[in-house]
Amino acid sequence: MESEIRLMKGNEALAHAMIRYGADGYFGYPITPQSEVLETLEAEMPWETTGMVVLQAESEVAAINMVYAGAGCGKAVCTSSSSPGMSLMQEGVSYIAAAELPALLINCMRGGPGLGTIQPSQADYFQTTKGGGHGDYHLIALAPSSVQEMCDFVALGWDLAFKYRNPAIILADGIVGQMMEKVVLPEQRSRRTQEEVRKQCPWAVTGKKNRKRNVITSLELEAPAMEKINNHLQAKYKEIEANEVRYEALNTEDCDYLLVAFGSMARICEKVMELARKQGLKAGLLRPITLWPFPAAAIAEAAKKAKGILVVELSAGQMIEDVKLAVNCNVEVRHYGRLGGVVPNPDEVLDALKGMIK
Amino acid sequence: MKDEIIIAGFGGQGVLSMGKILAYSGLMENKEVTWLPSYGPEQRGGTANVTVILSDERISSPILDSYDVAVVLNQQSLDKFEPKVKPGGVLIYDSYGINRIPTRTDITVYRVDAMDATFEMQNTKAFNMLVLGALLKVRPMVTVESVLKGLKKTLPERHHNLLPMNEEALRRGMELVNS
Repeated sequence: MESEIRLMKGNEALAHAMIRYGADGYFGYPITPQSEVLETLEAEMPWETTGMVVLQAESEVAAINMVYAGAGCGKAVCTSSSSPGMSLMQEGVSYIAAAELPALLINCMRGGPGLGTIQPSQADYFQTTKGGGHGDYHLIALAPSSVQEMCDFVALGWDLAFKYRNPAIILADGIVGQMMEKVVLPEQRSRRTQEEVRKQCPWAVTGKKNRKRNVITSLELEAPAMEKINNHLQAKYKEIEANEVRYEALNTEDCDYLLVAFGSMARICEKVMELARKQGLKAGLLRPITLWPFPAAAIAEAAKKAKGILVVELSAGQMIEDVKLAVNCNVEVRHYGRLGGVVPNPDEVLDALKGMIK
Repeated sequence: MKDEIIIAGFGGQGVLSMGKILAYSGLMENKEVTWLPSYGPEQRGGTANVTVILSDERISSPILDSYDVAVVLNQQSLDKFEPKVKPGGVLIYDSYGINRIPTRTDITVYRVDAMDATFEMQNTKAFNMLVLGALLKVRPMVTVESVLKGLKKTLPERHHNLLPMNEEALRRGMELVNS
């Protein structure tokens, strides 16, 4: 398959991007608003073409443990879910991070807490960037704001996951998942041969054959040895923080007021910025693309001349904590958010922005 | 050029697929497009709506406060979206089941009796293509050729025998518009 332009939903783009990346396996359990991922994979039947395994597991807990196993074999494996399903997976996520495995996870967020609604939300920011599972670990968190990025971040997520032997997560929401846009699908890559897997992942369990035994585990009962593992993980996280920060800055050079938003809310804030500028209010937008590592330095830079920052999220205020840390409370930071699946209009965000003018 | 459109009606009227065909037609003309449905429980019998944006430039928000064009196919949608048409914009409504007609004078209102036409044609499935025809007559944001090309791309091959019926409905819809 060659590169091709299509119109599709963000969730469908995820599925196509997986197949074209040369993925080895997908394990998932349906949940709105991301069910199209599994549905598209089943309609495309990649097991007949590339040999990719697609499996509807009996639960999210089973799915994440299948991912744990597949990643332990050095395979490019993925699972996707929405908020309540991601909560079920958190034990496995912690294990995968501890065992340093390169898995791709996708959360198409919906309104919580609890079973909540099926409407869009961004209230899993804390879960994604501050843990979710137990212990000191980090996921490389990518926040797509368009269908094209839903497609592109599949490859980026897996590339980063393999580069650092660390799980990566695409943190999307019901809007980006359900929205259709133009998308350029990449050309089909072939799946790696077993020989290539052995070469790329010398740590993986691939059948021993003339090498020392590889062990995939997160268990280490000796505290000093476990501290050593932790120190190694922390050193890796520092390296990721130094190298992999990504963001988009629009009109930040001359802005009096800075909007900070990710994913679908960044799209709404782009419109707010346009409307504000038309009315003579110099607004800029900084969109974190990686939520971890967080673009703290870029936000501090963009806020240097700003009189105020408005953080816009589909939550009660989660990313705002990282923004406040980034600017060291040197500038006023306010929050605007809607909860439980309600999505704000550009006008109401504009009103909140105007409310900051002194 | 940018067109910001809301299409709203009952679930099952073909609201979402009409938006999809429109978005696909925009794609055929190399435009930037977004299609954002209401995907809540209202799809099951209540009102469904879809926001479609066609633009020559990068599209910012897929969610809007106001629209250039509103296509409304039931009373609830008319009540909800008539106030949200931009001054100078266009409102198209199907008169079937409407007991309170639009009153705004700063927009152009068109009536299209598409539901009645489907009874005449004895083909209720043609409904959304009739409405789309009416929309394109009023605001030719994409060409009929692009719609047909887009339709051919979206319909699975086994349904390609339905293409002539859809084209006929599209052209019939263009004749149905009353201002």
